[in-house]
Amino acid sequence: MKELYERIKAGERIGGEDFLRLEREADLHQLGFLASTVRRRLHPEPVVTYVVDRNINYTDICVSACKFCAFFKSPEDAVGSVLSREELLAKISETQDLGGTQILLQGGLHPDLDLAFYEDMLRAMKATGIHIHGFSPPEIHHFAQLFGLSVRGVLERLKAAGLDSIPGGGAEILCNRVRHELAPRKCDADQWIAVMEEAHHLGLRTTATMMFGHIETVAERLEHLQRVRDLQDRTGGFTAFIPWPFQPDHTPLAAARCIDKTSAVTYLRLLALSRIFLDNVANVQASWVTQGPKIAQVSLFFGANDFGSTMIEENVVAAAGVHFRLSEAEIRHLVSDAGFQPRQRLMDYTLV
Amino acid sequence: MDTFIAQAGLGQILDKVRAGERLSLVDGRRLYAHPDILALGYLANIVRERQNGNQAFFIYNQHLNYSNVCTNLCKFCAFGRRKEDELAYEMSIDEIRDKVRLRLDEPISEIHIVGGIHPDLPFSYYVNMLRAIREIRPDVHLQAFTCVEIHHLAEMADKPVDETLQILMDAGLGSLPGGGAEVFNPRIRELTCPNKLPGEGWLEVARTAHRMGLRTNATMLYGHIETIDERLEHLDALRRCQDETGGFLAFIPLAYHPKNTELGGAGNTTGVNDLKNIAVSRLMLDNFPHIKAYWVMIGPKLAQVALSFGADDMDGTVKEEVITHMAGAETEQAIGHKTLIRLIREAGRQPVQRDTLYNVMATF
Repeated sequence: MKELYERIKAGERIGGEDFLRLEREADLHQLGFLASTVRRRLHPEPVVTYVVDRNINYTDICVSACKFCAFFKSPEDAVGSVLSREELLAKISETQDLGGTQILLQGGLHPDLDLAFYEDMLRAMKATGIHIHGFSPPEIHHFAQLFGLSVRGVLERLKAAGLDSIPGGGAEILCNRVRHELAPRKCDADQWIAVMEEAHHLGLRTTATMMFGHIETVAERLEHLQRVRDLQDRTGGFTAFIPWPFQPDHTPLAAARCIDKTSAVTYLRLLALSRIFLDNVANVQASWVTQGPKIAQVSLFFGANDFGSTMIEENVVAAAGVHFRLSEAEIRHLVSDAGFQPRQRLMDYTLV
Repeated sequence: MDTFIAQAGLGQILDKVRAGERLSLVDGRRLYAHPDILALGYLANIVRERQNGNQAFFIYNQHLNYSNVCTNLCKFCAFGRRKEDELAYEMSIDEIRDKVRLRLDEPISEIHIVGGIHPDLPFSYYVNMLRAIREIRPDVHLQAFTCVEIHHLAEMADKPVDETLQILMDAGLGSLPGGGAEVFNPRIRELTCPNKLPGEGWLEVARTAHRMGLRTNATMLYGHIETIDERLEHLDALRRCQDETGGFLAFIPLAYHPKNTELGGAGNTTGVNDLKNIAVSRLMLDNFPHIKAYWVMIGPKLAQVALSFGADDMDGTVKEEVITHMAGAETEQAIGHKTLIRLIREAGRQPVQRDTLYNVMATF
């Protein structure tokens, strides 16, 4: 182990076996120290960033029916809806009034909306001047199938209509065994990677996420990280990695089998392991939305250098029974209290 | 890992901790001022594992807050009420019996009893309360009445503290909880709880209890207007008292919750502040057997993390806790036995169900 620690401290890349060994044998302190070392190498300044934005879900209607989701409505369900243009623009205007710089735009996989709907939506949003961090690989893949276009074709159309960057959602665990079991109608791991690769080639920056703590094994967590790292070696297009634990309340998965909510220690360990393994992804985000302010603050010592977003609005995690809220002032206070300098940033991590 | 500690400028303190040497108040100040919570946690963990190995304790307990009527009305408290307040309550002995009977089917080993400083409940009320519970649950340990309440009970009984304690012990009192210590410093007491028993009085009750063979706990309410030096002075007073008597079992840092209090304030304590207090307490209170991360105060998530930052106890399953929840604690009222065991296991520790005196009842 000592030799492994020395290698990490020297800035060497670790392999899959090393990851598994750390996962098994390193204690919480060791993981924290090592993750902090990697983080300090990438970010020598004691700065913690955050973005002021709002999540807008243009629809909750979704054909995917993932078992871990408490947010979606199936197309047959009368309560599902599509956000009107007026509501959308009002939300953007509120966001801008609060100093917001971007919208995280995401929806379910809607069966009927046509490409013109999405293009019009983006153009209308773009006219406000806000940064559109929109969709996710499963949505892009769904559009390609629905509209009979290539992934590249879809991305080009959306980019031309105003799409600025793509959030890394829908990654869940990038392992086809897990996806076939939990989200069989969603794009598979290879397709997720392919969408991101294409996006990066077109100059769209993206993030990558990971939803862990359900049915995946440790080896499958590693597979996920390995796929993200490999793609990042090819394109350099990921700005950040954002792991968060599955929130079981009100989900079909938790109704079908007993899955305990991931504990804080397991979260901090995975966060630190991600920071150590993903040596080529510049930023790692803390997930205050799932962990709450205390653990999110502590996670700054376990590899996180970014507090994510103020999330003026958030619906998906809230649907799974978790309701933490934080204002920009509270985020700044938590960051300062932990000994770091809080700085507002944009999607590409340039400081405001 | 030692190189990280040396790089953090804490090499000398690490040497002292390894050698089992007592840390000075100057060391304490350096620890509190240190920005790297990981380094503090690593140091505290050395002491924690030396004293308690890999064990993490919890207890199956019931909380009973018999009355919120209080003449002290401390400014950091959202629980205490004047007698004439419409939200004031006091449980009759029969109501207390009912509360205890209601949970007879649960394997409760301790009933934890705390109330306000009630102006006119007679001493016999407290004695009868203990006797009544004892009749229903003879095997349960009664951890009842803080040093502040004991001092008040002695006044109501018009007897010295030791005689008062003896009567309560005869009625079933098993140990004292650690509340009411707040921060001993007179400046803080004057500003936040001028009517409360002074720090020296609190310590004197604890000493008397220890002399009579009662074990007690100790607390510190942090995160309001106290300075770091005032915290350290508090810890030092407890450490000196413990040197004399050896009667303290656990130290419990309590995070101030400002909501609904007269003192108010900016917000809840942060995770870093909570972990720092646990770690520094573990390092300074070298003669205390246990440091408790009271999950009701800091949340189960942070309490679990605290098991690697000096804490060895998560308290209990706790039901019907009123005092912290009145001050806006957003934590659950109870977490199950199974959840506690799982959290401890996931923290890499061995779950140990204890009784009040830290005798092992079961390991998992």
